[in-house]
Amino acid sequence: MKYSFNKKQKNNLIRIIIAAALLVCLHFVHLHNGIMFLCYMVPYLIVGYDILKKAWKGMINRQPLDENLLMAIATVGAIALALYKTGDFTEAVAVMLFYQVGELFQSYAVGRSRRNIGELMDIRPDYANIETDDGIEKVDPDEVEIGTIIVVQPGEKVPIDGVVCEGKASLDTSALTGESVPRSVREGDEVISGCINTNGVLRIRTTREFDESTASKILDLVENASSRKSRSENFISRFARVYTPIVVISAVLLAIAPPLIRMTLLATAPEWGQWIYRALTFLVISCPCALVISIPLSFFAGIGGASREGILVKGSNYLEGLSKIKTVVMDKTGTLTKGVFRVTRVFPADVNRFDEAEILHMAAHAERHSSHPIAQALREAFENETDGCQVDNVEEIAGHGIRAQVDGRTVCVGNRRMMDAVGAKAPEPAESLPETDMSGTVIYVAIDGQYAGCIVISDIIKETSPEAVRKMREAGVSRLVMLTGDNQAAAGAVAAELGIQEVCSELLPADKVSKVEELIDGKGRVAFVGDGINDAPVLSRADIGIAMGALGSDAAIEAADVVLMDDDPLKIAKAIRLSRKCMRIVHENIWFAIGIKVLCLILCAIGAVGMWAAIFADVGVMVLAVLNAMRTLLVRNV
Amino acid sequence: MKKTYKIDVDCANCANKMEVAANKTEGVKEATVNFMALKMKVEFEEGADPQDVMPNVLKNCKKVEDDCEIFF
Repeated sequence: MKYSFNKKQKNNLIRIIIAAALLVCLHFVHLHNGIMFLCYMVPYLIVGYDILKKAWKGMINRQPLDENLLMAIATVGAIALALYKTGDFTEAVAVMLFYQVGELFQSYAVGRSRRNIGELMDIRPDYANIETDDGIEKVDPDEVEIGTIIVVQPGEKVPIDGVVCEGKASLDTSALTGESVPRSVREGDEVISGCINTNGVLRIRTTREFDESTASKILDLVENASSRKSRSENFISRFARVYTPIVVISAVLLAIAPPLIRMTLLATAPEWGQWIYRALTFLVISCPCALVISIPLSFFAGIGGASREGILVKGSNYLEGLSKIKTVVMDKTGTLTKGVFRVTRVFPADVNRFDEAEILHMAAHAERHSSHPIAQALREAFENETDGCQVDNVEEIAGHGIRAQVDGRTVCVGNRRMMDAVGAKAPEPAESLPETDMSGTVIYVAIDGQYAGCIVISDIIKETSPEAVRKMREAGVSRLVMLTGDNQAAAGAVAAELGIQEVCSELLPADKVSKVEELIDGKGRVAFVGDGINDAPVLSRADIGIAMGALGSDAAIEAADVVLMDDDPLKIAKAIRLSRKCMRIVHENIWFAIGIKVLCLILCAIGAVGMWAAIFADVGVMVLAVLNAMRTLLVRNV
Repeated sequence: MKKTYKIDVDCANCANKMEVAANKTEGVKEATVNFMALKMKVEFEEGADPQDVMPNVLKNCKKVEDDCEIFF
């Protein structure tokens, strides 16, 4: 959608055009000075009446000096000068004209970027379809109560979190997670609001209210993010507070001191007019709008762009913090590993009796009905679990394992205690398994009371983890630490595979907090990355807490400073790079705007530039700074 | 109690001024203005009625920046 001028902007544009036309016409007219003055006042008032009004109101309400007053003083001063001396009224009108052009541009640019960023976060659902006796009715999602059945048609957004109770569809989650592969859902699956239904009709039973739903929460988070101001932004407001008085005092000095010196010390003509004119120009240049507008804009665009990539930053201050990260502490399970189990090795006791496939076969059948993660891993490892084999008398023995009849054979699957209980002789772990394969849970299998072999099940590393570690190093993270509650062998194996040197294993959740506290030593920021499950205290303790795959987990969203919408560890490095880019642009703008400003002020004080050049410089710097700020929105290839 | 209001204002600096003015209004515990989102978030003092407080907030904001609007 293209952004067009709003009513106020159109109005201003017309005023500018009329005033500019009049100004050009008046250029060819030569009349008595007094009449010329009246003639020039027409375009001046047309283009500048609101500035004068605001300046006047500001004075009545005893407001500190602002840009309106500066403009009013400068232009009125220039007119007075023209009236008594030069007769050149063009300058005052032109300055006011350029100033208004700048204002118009600024308001257009801000409106436009507001629109751009708004489009990025276009996940706010406008309505929900509920079923009534007379068919489907569109209602305000706010009014939908928990447990209502809503209908989502193809092309519509899921308005409220819920569970699918009928239908199948693929959902486009890209607005939420930045992930372009659609997610397919069917009956019984949870769906989150903000996803777009690409095909198929879904009936969803809502599980949350609209306000508590994912889309609303995310929007709330992003929109409020810029209320938490960064140090750069605070610097700007402090800067503006001291800057304005300094500029005003300098201007007054510039108007008074040189003529006085000329009169008293040099005994030459004071040239009051020239110095007052320079002081006025000085005031016009001084307006720090480029700075005031571009810094918050950069942060807003940075946060908006990151959210597009599925990275939610909860405040400008955290974006700034992210860019300074030197140490990243990561939880193992769920962050670097998938947190799901997979069969990694099978050790038959005697290959001639039961080979690997047979052991898996039996174990998978015995665990056919269990929902335990280990059972799932076994079933996944043995592909044709639902073959014709007869499974009866499944008995779960708490703390031990499972016993079942498979095709008439008694199969026991469980831990060592289970083996002891059924009288099967299982070897000591150290004897049967080489050291490196200890990195998981060992499941023993006995068939007909005899030990058949064991199966090692371990958590698997995410495909992107090794690259993520490499990318983080590239992004300037000098220290990577992995924390885990798992045993040392399991932790060591994962760390070795990923190339992480520092590992702390066998930690309780409370130990993780103290470990992170140890690492926070003032040199560089420390980030903690976790999946939000029972590590909320660590997330809030670290300088920057990054919660991963946290969609739907309220505690994690609450505790974290940065929320990664999906569980891809590559996003950590991406978040750091995005923040660096944003901060780089912020710094560029600060130095660029202040630098040009100071340069212009000096040039003006020595009389090298006039008011026209001054206002051009002012508007130009602002345009460039705003355009530069909008670069933070380009996040795809960062 | 916290409430969010839509606002209309032209420049970032004016938005900051509005924020300061709103914070000085009686009955307002904390107010933050988000210029980019054009929103004002107001946390009210205990027992203060937003319907009574908001007109004063608007009045104070108008004082510092004539060209602003708060929709409540």
